[in-house]
Amino acid sequence: MSVEFKQTIKEICEACGNDRSLMMDVVIATQKRFGCVSNEAMDLIAENMNAHRVEVEGVVSFYSFLSPDPKGQVVIRLCNDVVDQMQGVQAVAEAFKKELGIDFGQTTPDGKITLEWTPCIGMCDQAPAALINDMVFTYLSTDKVREITDELKKHGDPEQIPIRYGDGNNAHDLVKSMVNNGLRKKGAVIFGQHEAEKGVKNALSMSAVEVIREVKNARLRGRGGAGFPTGMKWEFTRAADGDKKYILCNADEGEPGTFKDRVILTERADLLFEGMTIGGYAVGSDEGILYLRAEYAYLRAFLENVLKERRDRGLLGKNACGKDGFDFDIRIQMGAGAYICGEETALISSCEGLRGDPKNRPPFPAQKGYKECPTSVNNVETFCAVARILDKGAAWFSEVGSQGSPSTKLLSVSGDCTNPGVYEFPFGMRVDDLLKKVGAQDVQAVLIGGPSGQLIGSADFERTICYDDLATGGSVIVFNSKRNILEIVGQYMDFFVEESCGYCTPCRVGNVLLRNGIEKIIHGQGEKADLDYLQELGETVKLASRCGLGQTSPNPVLTSLKNFRAVYEAVLIEPTDGQQPSFDIKAALSVSEDLTGRKSEIYKD
Amino acid sequence: MEKPKIATASLAGCFGCHMSLLDIDDRILKLFELVQFDKSPIDDIKKFTGQCAIGLIEGGCCNEENVHNLQNFRKHCGILISVGDCAINGGIPAMRNNIPLKECFDEAYRDGPSVYNPEGIIPNDKEIPLLLDKVYPCHHVVKVDYYLPGCPPPADTLWEALVALLSNKPLDLPYELIKYD
Repeated sequence: MSVEFKQTIKEICEACGNDRSLMMDVVIATQKRFGCVSNEAMDLIAENMNAHRVEVEGVVSFYSFLSPDPKGQVVIRLCNDVVDQMQGVQAVAEAFKKELGIDFGQTTPDGKITLEWTPCIGMCDQAPAALINDMVFTYLSTDKVREITDELKKHGDPEQIPIRYGDGNNAHDLVKSMVNNGLRKKGAVIFGQHEAEKGVKNALSMSAVEVIREVKNARLRGRGGAGFPTGMKWEFTRAADGDKKYILCNADEGEPGTFKDRVILTERADLLFEGMTIGGYAVGSDEGILYLRAEYAYLRAFLENVLKERRDRGLLGKNACGKDGFDFDIRIQMGAGAYICGEETALISSCEGLRGDPKNRPPFPAQKGYKECPTSVNNVETFCAVARILDKGAAWFSEVGSQGSPSTKLLSVSGDCTNPGVYEFPFGMRVDDLLKKVGAQDVQAVLIGGPSGQLIGSADFERTICYDDLATGGSVIVFNSKRNILEIVGQYMDFFVEESCGYCTPCRVGNVLLRNGIEKIIHGQGEKADLDYLQELGETVKLASRCGLGQTSPNPVLTSLKNFRAVYEAVLIEPTDGQQPSFDIKAALSVSEDLTGRKSEIYKD
Repeated sequence: MEKPKIATASLAGCFGCHMSLLDIDDRILKLFELVQFDKSPIDDIKKFTGQCAIGLIEGGCCNEENVHNLQNFRKHCGILISVGDCAINGGIPAMRNNIPLKECFDEAYRDGPSVYNPEGIIPNDKEIPLLLDKVYPCHHVVKVDYYLPGCPPPADTLWEALVALLSNKPLDLPYELIKYD
């Protein structure tokens, strides 16, 4: 181990004040610097941070963007989400394999380029897409793959690959990304014209209790999908015992098909931070954290700059916005590739520098959250809505929308439609109306709320998008009549199998069994009894899982069983005589026959 | 009336579940009043004499003989019950499932620290059943009607289950008998 290596690790740890709660930052920085967090690095980090080695390794092994084994200086992560599959990612994948001469999960022999799959990176409306280091490459084709790999072979620097910048702030000096906002419909609330900082100014002229009352009067519900009343959450957090309180923003939008927060972060960052400041004031917090998913690292420098400008303008920091005694600042916590961290208690674990394991509830975060202090975790869109409520008032906010779900909602629409992108519509919109607006024809199924939501068929297209009917955190994915429902369900179950944190058995094992059950049916080996088994198993996983992941992961299976039963029944076989059609004795014996050099005496051809 | 027949087998198991069956103590006399044992290690009958009402299977399938035996049980038994964790989940033998078969052979016969085998021979008589690529729980090979979990299931669980089945009554096990931690 070189002296220089030791010194660099020491410096990385010192830059984070050797603070164990900043372990994420330390391992991410190490990964970035050395292409891996090696065994030696983990030992050194543990030593410097006064942590146990297993704490460091636990974190490194948890997140998919961290690795104990060396990766190339360039890591290409191709998105294998269902929508990308629909838009032809397989051909793109083959092109990458051919051009680089390696398979997925491998690194080129010169150690320069690593090729990997990754789940939804929030670019479904411009799929197929990939991350190359922190940079996003959209609308990939086999030709583009050739251009990219030619460039990388020449200079090995993704930032030198010529790209055309996207619209709006995507072309900003600190972003310089080819991502497009794809903002198709601006509503009055999030993307409407507004006077900057008016919401926070109004809020700070009121008492914190009045601010919470205004949010409650607006009947604002959490925009992440679960729809918990924001005002109530803040009230609980404010009322909880503790001198130190935190306000956390969940920008880990990992639900496949959700990409609306990306557009807010790009175009409405100030509004978001304004909302967070109001939240901090309301709950009595002096520190906010924006938890940003690793896939959106390309926005980090830009967001840091927005925060810096806000500090320079006195909107953050001591006596924030000129309010005496209100000290409030915001830091950004980077994630490292883990869907589960969108679950609020897992997000808190991750912010604490731990594995992204969910925590037991109760106590709820409002009682004991980040660092055991009362904490409110809210969605990006929720904070923006708060800023507008305090700007224009509760009555204005709830002018549109439905009875139980006032105001507007951002929907990120992708899949089989001519106009994928982000739409801000009032709650209560009918699914068939939405399908018309996005140019979807010949629709077989719509997935509302991502795979953890509901897969519905035409019988349900008259239903409405709102918390009381079809709830969604924003994800709407359209499938036309040519798509294979069972394969889509299988692919989403693959996703959940991969993303389950493994803490509780119903989720860790149950999702594997659900996926295997679907595969059995796809392979034409399923009987009616298998459908009953899947139903029962799915309900058990929902009931017995510890956090929201397992409580919703059976939904692709359960909602398709309910709404697309005929699709399943069409491929079922007549019950067999007691033997399992999926068991293949020849295949099970082939390894043994090869190793021993003799054929089975019992199972002859 | 002729007594219903019952058959039992231990596949890739440790006979612990059969030991647990013997743990019903003097109730075994009662059991013999209720049923007639057919193919089973308990009476050492090697071949089925006819159709049986109930088959109890201990252990999963690790080799071709297990599969053959299990398929035979399925054909001869009206009701087939997976007894114990190995039959239901593969159990301890399934710990090899994440290790390629060749590595298992090498460790057992060639490279293990206590192995003396200068010629590196792996036993390969045709009398030795071929191993499967991995250990399968019983219900992955044949359809199974009931499951009695436990390692082993307590004697009382086995007794209550058999009595309920034979008297055609619903099985209502107290919490203590189905709690495993």
